[in-house]
Amino acid sequence: MPTEDGTPTSDDMIEVDLRNPVVAAVWGWVCPGAGHIYQRRYAKGVLFMVCILSTWFFGLSLGEGHVVYASWKKDDHRWQYLCQLGVGTPALPAIVQSQRVKKGKEPLFDGWMAPPQNVVNYESPHDELSQWHLKYHAFFELGTLYTMIAGLLNVLAIYDAYAGPMVIASEEQSDKPPPDDQDDT
Amino acid sequence: MIELLASVADTNRLWYALPLVVSVSLVYGATRHELMGPILNNAFRAAVWIGGFMAIIFVVLMLISWAV
Repeated sequence: MPTEDGTPTSDDMIEVDLRNPVVAAVWGWVCPGAGHIYQRRYAKGVLFMVCILSTWFFGLSLGEGHVVYASWKKDDHRWQYLCQLGVGTPALPAIVQSQRVKKGKEPLFDGWMAPPQNVVNYESPHDELSQWHLKYHAFFELGTLYTMIAGLLNVLAIYDAYAGPMVIASEEQSDKPPPDDQDDT
Repeated sequence: MIELLASVADTNRLWYALPLVVSVSLVYGATRHELMGPILNNAFRAAVWIGGFMAIIFVVLMLISWAV
């Protein structure tokens, strides 16, 4: 662990057993923190799990489950879902709901994570997305933001499971030759 | 002045940023350290930076909304 001036401390000397990094990364995507738990880095695993999942579910509750949905229709490109997908399996029901709606079936669980119907580019009482904005006001955007950030934070956690903690060495130290070279001269 | 007071009263929503700042700081700290002590230390510093940055933006926006 470097200090504020970039000097490494004892934290940097810890050897982290990443086991199989690819498997850990996949576990990290399946469930936030699961990759670290697979690597027996329990404290960090629990920390990631609590932080990311609580952010995710809080955001989801702000919009009563409507802030996460998968849609790539003409009038509704839900690009935010690409960020939300980073959280892993908690975001997958949106794809199931999207496929059901596409096939003309009724969405499950009272439309939870289902894409809105009759989306148009102008205000209309039949436009479900407009109705959600009207009902939830700023909380729709807040919920979207929370869930997007949860997804993006999990990308960081997955990288940590794959490659270990990022240690930033100071430029001064990286310029110094290793001690063995100094002895030879 | 009423507009200024109204804008201050409307800042209740800023409380929604608090759990987000805590969460982001902790995850950011955890990606840079392995032990819990340094993680919390880094998270605190990150939270102060984020909070300070938000406070500056908040004051600037409030002054603009008051002046315009």
